[in-house]
Amino acid sequence: MISGGHVLASLRQLLRYRALVVSLVARELKARYRGSVLGFLWTFVNPLLLLLVYSFVFGVVMPGARAPEIEHYPLFLFCGILPWTWFSQSLTESCVSLTGSGSLLRKVMFPAEILPAVTVFTGLVNFGFGLVILAGFSIYAAVPLLTADLLWLPAIVLVQLMLSLGLGLLLAALSVHFRDIRDLLGSVLTLWFFATPIIYPYTQAPERLRPLLDLNPFTHLAVAYQEVLYVAGPYRQGARLGIAAGVALVALIVGYLVFDRLRETFAEEV
Amino acid sequence: MSAVEVRDLHKLYRRYGRRKNFGTLKSALLGGRLRADLRPDASFEALKDVSFTLARGRTLGIVGRNGSGKSTLLKLIAGIGRPTSGTIDVEGRVSALIELGAGFHPEISGRENVFINGMMLGLSKREVADRFDDIVRFAEIGEFIDAPVKTYSSGMYMRLGFAVAVHVDPDVLLVDEVLAVGDESFTHKCLDRFADLKRQQKTIVLVTHTLDLVTRLCDEALWLDHGRIRAQGDPKRVIDAYLLDVAATEDAAVSTARPVSHQDSLPQDMTTAAEGRWGSREAEIAGVELRHAHGAPGQVFRSGEPMDIVLAVHAARELTDFVFGVAVYSADGVCCYGTNTHIEGAQPQRLSGKGEVVFRIDALDLTAGTYRLDVAVHRADGVPYDYHRLLYSFRVTSTVKDVGFFRPKHGWTFSGGVEIAGPGVSSEDS
Repeated sequence: MISGGHVLASLRQLLRYRALVVSLVARELKARYRGSVLGFLWTFVNPLLLLLVYSFVFGVVMPGARAPEIEHYPLFLFCGILPWTWFSQSLTESCVSLTGSGSLLRKVMFPAEILPAVTVFTGLVNFGFGLVILAGFSIYAAVPLLTADLLWLPAIVLVQLMLSLGLGLLLAALSVHFRDIRDLLGSVLTLWFFATPIIYPYTQAPERLRPLLDLNPFTHLAVAYQEVLYVAGPYRQGARLGIAAGVALVALIVGYLVFDRLRETFAEEV
Repeated sequence: MSAVEVRDLHKLYRRYGRRKNFGTLKSALLGGRLRADLRPDASFEALKDVSFTLARGRTLGIVGRNGSGKSTLLKLIAGIGRPTSGTIDVEGRVSALIELGAGFHPEISGRENVFINGMMLGLSKREVADRFDDIVRFAEIGEFIDAPVKTYSSGMYMRLGFAVAVHVDPDVLLVDEVLAVGDESFTHKCLDRFADLKRQQKTIVLVTHTLDLVTRLCDEALWLDHGRIRAQGDPKRVIDAYLLDVAATEDAAVSTARPVSHQDSLPQDMTTAAEGRWGSREAEIAGVELRHAHGAPGQVFRSGEPMDIVLAVHAARELTDFVFGVAVYSADGVCCYGTNTHIEGAQPQRLSGKGEVVFRIDALDLTAGTYRLDVAVHRADGVPYDYHRLLYSFRVTSTVKDVGFFRPKHGWTFSGGVEIAGPGVSSEDS
């Protein structure tokens, strides 16, 4: 049943339509930034707000609660919040990517997987902008950013891309049939956020809970981002990233297969 | 060389979740019927056993009633959805005009939308760029091309959508009733463009209710009825067969919808009288039937065909002073024609017992529409024996959309510097 060839064919199709994906991503960004005064800033209001809140809580209200080895806590926080924002927005928006494009699906011949893909790639571009802001913070905090570790970044981003695409396809397809997935997802993502070492470092988690944390693929991603972008010294957790990559690949295959299985029903149900 | 080949096509539409209008995962999980909800629980066969081939450069018109599967067939050819069984082979690039401007994003400019729309329809970015000026010229959008699409009028929106779709340079163009929208000049533009594409040996599949368009534009026609092919081949033949079938169904509808009322009181003013029946009944019209030339009763006639109005009459006692009359009214009460045996100089001799009167119209030269009938038998001085006012109706159908009531037999002749070719030159029924 699980046929890698099928998934490959779909990726090829995505590649064939890459110019369209690029244009649609550009359109998303333009439409979002053109329609409002603050435009570009809106995308970052949420992560910056989170950053502010957690910095306040752990920096001012209860500074004792946070790990003493974290020197520039806001910077550490930002390293995790930035990819998380990309991830959670990709999933939330994937839920409506099909249901919100009924006329397209019913009237135009058009590979439907482009729609959740555009959502994920739009998030990727925003993530890229976010990295620039992060670089600004790093320079301000005098944390060395241009290390050899940065070479890992593309690989980490790729793993997250695969994971987001896989889950995005799955959620998009299921949302056509179950309209409450988006609401459920909101709660799941809140839980997921705290089950990921974003506001706390992995090393601060109790020893006995770590195996549980390890089950969460985003743990390995978040740790990887923190190690590469924030923590001094070389990144030595390629194996963990490998596990995350494996999980992401499975998510991509399963997500695609479910999507493909339900594909015929989209035009009739959206 | 066939451009479109469809073999044994079946399409089953499935309905999911009979009880849920909007299914929720919560209820599915709570009810333990996640798999059940993802399984179809009712199905509807939209297409059954459809097969046809269309050679390159030919134009096919698909006709049929609403819900007969026309649009489904078109969508399947376009690749939107998969057939349940059977195969569809399409040679070359397909462009479908199913909804104009589907996928336009209101917030961004016409220019950007043209690029995205073009790429959705299968062009590369460069190909769109090459065609861009033509598209804008065709759509008559002018400087608005750089304004957001949400500021466009619906006409501009449609023109731009159409312009993109026809400039995709398809090998096979699929059109679903898009000509029904838009103003006169836009429709003409579309038709001109079709003619162009035909000249370029493009294959066109047209779904339409405008039967006239099928006979004018198409090389072949296909009639779908409840998902099956009822007839295919020569457009004129297929359209006639289709019209006959529609007529038969309408007959049934018209005859059940209009029971003869019996009203015996004499109205105050005969000319403005509504429908009714009055008279002394010394002679009686016991039955009225409209018949086709071949003798079959009917209520729907094609313009120009013969029609018999058959009156079954009887008189209780012998009469020597009697006149039969017939008048045809338009639906809004304008008298189109009226006559009687007295006006035409017939000499009544004797009316007794049962008899039959046939008023034959050799050619029903009326335009399309619903008409109503007066039939009467009365004395030469006008005193009615039995007057049936507007109690009967019939319908005239036509593939030509001419106006008025009366369609004389006609034809066009051109000479000298006048050159006109194509449909409309020779009147269809003459």
